[in-house]
Amino acid sequence: MATLQNNGCWRVLLLAAVLCALAGGSRAQTANTCLDCHGVLDPPLRVTPEQFSQDIHAQKGLTCASCHGGDPTKADMDAMSKAAGFRGKIERGQIPGLCARCHSDGNFMRKYNPGLRTDQFSQYQTSVHGKLFAKGDRKVAVCIDCHGVHDLRPATDTRSKIYALNIAQTCARCHADAAYMKPYGIPTDQFAKYNISVHHEAMTAGGDLSAPTCTTCHGNHGAAPPGVDSVRNVCSNCHVFQAQMYDKSSHKNVFQAAGLPGCVVCHSNHGITRPTDAKLGTGPEGVCMQCHSPGDDCDRARLGILAGLTKLDESIKSADRLLAVAESSGMEVSEARLQQDQARDSLTKARVTIHSFQPQLIEQDIEAGLKITAKDLQAGKDALAERDYRRKGLGVTVVFILMTLVGLYFYIRQLEGSSSKGRA
Amino acid sequence: MQLLKHCREWIDERFGWAKLTEPLRHKTVPIHKLSYWYFLGGITLFLFGVQVCTGVLLLLYYRPSANEAFESVQYIMTRVHFGWLVRSIHSWAANLMILTAFLHMFSVLFLRAYRKPRELTWVSGMILLFLVLGFGFSGYLLPWNTLAFFATKVGTEITGQVPLVGHTLLVLLRGGEEVTGATLSRFFGIHVAVLPGLTALLILLHLALVQRFGMSLPPGVEAKWKVDPTVVREMKFVPNFLLREVMAWYIALGVLGTLAALLPWELGTKADPFGAAPAGIRPEWYFMFMFQTLKLIPSKILHIDGELLGIGAFGLAGAIWVLLPFLEGRREKRGGTLIRGAGIFALCYIVAMTIYGYLAK
Repeated sequence: MATLQNNGCWRVLLLAAVLCALAGGSRAQTANTCLDCHGVLDPPLRVTPEQFSQDIHAQKGLTCASCHGGDPTKADMDAMSKAAGFRGKIERGQIPGLCARCHSDGNFMRKYNPGLRTDQFSQYQTSVHGKLFAKGDRKVAVCIDCHGVHDLRPATDTRSKIYALNIAQTCARCHADAAYMKPYGIPTDQFAKYNISVHHEAMTAGGDLSAPTCTTCHGNHGAAPPGVDSVRNVCSNCHVFQAQMYDKSSHKNVFQAAGLPGCVVCHSNHGITRPTDAKLGTGPEGVCMQCHSPGDDCDRARLGILAGLTKLDESIKSADRLLAVAESSGMEVSEARLQQDQARDSLTKARVTIHSFQPQLIEQDIEAGLKITAKDLQAGKDALAERDYRRKGLGVTVVFILMTLVGLYFYIRQLEGSSSKGRA
Repeated sequence: MQLLKHCREWIDERFGWAKLTEPLRHKTVPIHKLSYWYFLGGITLFLFGVQVCTGVLLLLYYRPSANEAFESVQYIMTRVHFGWLVRSIHSWAANLMILTAFLHMFSVLFLRAYRKPRELTWVSGMILLFLVLGFGFSGYLLPWNTLAFFATKVGTEITGQVPLVGHTLLVLLRGGEEVTGATLSRFFGIHVAVLPGLTALLILLHLALVQRFGMSLPPGVEAKWKVDPTVVREMKFVPNFLLREVMAWYIALGVLGTLAALLPWELGTKADPFGAAPAGIRPEWYFMFMFQTLKLIPSKILHIDGELLGIGAFGLAGAIWVLLPFLEGRREKRGGTLIRGAGIFALCYIVAMTIYGYLAK
């Protein structure tokens, strides 16, 4: 019985010690007391410690009070008193200014991330979003719409709303919402079109995070549609050679004079698909005949270019086929295979040179490619001829071997026949 | 003919050629229903000769450095007259030689030709088999193509698992921690100097032993002939058996030529030490059974590294195989049955694991 009483006593003491330790631990961890309550409140007031711990600001040591004011060290409602500088919920109209307090302050930002730019707010003010915001439109995007709030992650975090792969989805939240965008009278099919574009394919299927997404062409904080005159500049950031050729071409001035948006005229914008030679044709994908008339000089030039490109493409394919047959027959044609890559490069170069709109330049690239494929075709034919020669040689050799075997067989028979006769 | 006679007399006068070749004239080969198995050793020897001849021809153009090896083989295949034929025959003959060496070993085992007094013939033959495998392993890397590079990487890694001396062996084989140009130089040296020298010596010993003890008779035939000496049938080694052997060599030559012409040995792509290993890296077929076994062994067996156990088991099996004639002991009948059982098991295991290795993804 004494033992049982002693055990009971120990249990009470142990429980007390555990509770004290938990209470002490809890106090030590929660210097930001806001989360003690907001962690258990219903949305939209709910912000859990787990959620806030993911926020880049929390990770840098900032607290709720950094944006909302108040005194997070007080555990009661005094923490949210006006005397403690509590600002409460930040109205949408105050958000850009509030973020800019720190993010536009170079001296302040240097302490946390010296490499981070501090012109976001000034850029925002030049954006379509910022201009409408200045006019009192509170539906337009402010910082938190793209970056999130309370669990704001850096752009390098794959879970971030502004991670390269997630940007289009972030913009689409508003721009693909027909009802939300109705007052602005702009299309809402950009996201759907982008999803079928070659840029989206490069980003998602190709895993190329530098492939264009919304912000690449429109800017991020200063987001706005590139003007007609700026389209070429935007595309040329990646498509350098095409832009250089286009600049020297006759089309540049004509498009400019007609107020046409450069690259977009032939390639469209959000739904840019992989260009094919069919763009030079007269089918549904054809673009030249949208402006040119059948039979004019440009139409004839178009036909010549298209014929040249088709010829080179076919020539590459037939050389590939022939080399594949030779290779499957065990012939060594790796040199010709390597040369085929150069022919493919010539074809790509010819297609790029189309942007010069000078048939003689395109012809040069096509000719260079055709010379290579002619050599490769010959290499394939030579390899097959060599294969046939080997097979004939094999046939002759096998006949000789068989004849020798037959000769040996009869010689052995004769030898053994005569020796057995001798023995007999 | 007169000139030939004079030459023979000239040699005989100085070296006693007739006396030297006397045993060959008296050597006989038993004739029975299993006589065909006697040809395998000769075919293996013929293929070794083909390897020496084609190897010397390849040496004229081959350059053993990481920068030039692949290109030099490519040059042999595309530019050198009949280079494709020489290289393809060298590769095919290597594989056929390993196959016939294995078949020869199993035929000797099942015909129980390893028995007293031929124990050392068996031991020298087993060492020759290991040397032939060494030729295969070292020669595979020489074209310096992707498959060979990564297969050698895996193969030498396995060597590194040997207890105590594994790492030293690995560094010794590779000429460093990684498979590099230094590995290629080493493998080249081993392939064209060390192994041919050792093999030539052992072939001489093996042939001398075969000559000394003559052809072995299968136990069943031997018992029958003992009971009734009238049924003994033999043929002279020279010229009767030799002519038949030449026929077998001609057939082997025809098979080699056909394979080389219809299925020239491919070259693949040049090895890129910094590139990713291609999917499905596998060793040559004659190492497949070991590779597949090591793949299937659990990573830990009774707290011991599984791969280590596998390597240990193969090492032990190899050692037992070499010493097989000494293990049969005095109880010949029981020992013979055990060895035949082990032989059947080994043959089935090798064939099954090789097929499994090729079918498994």
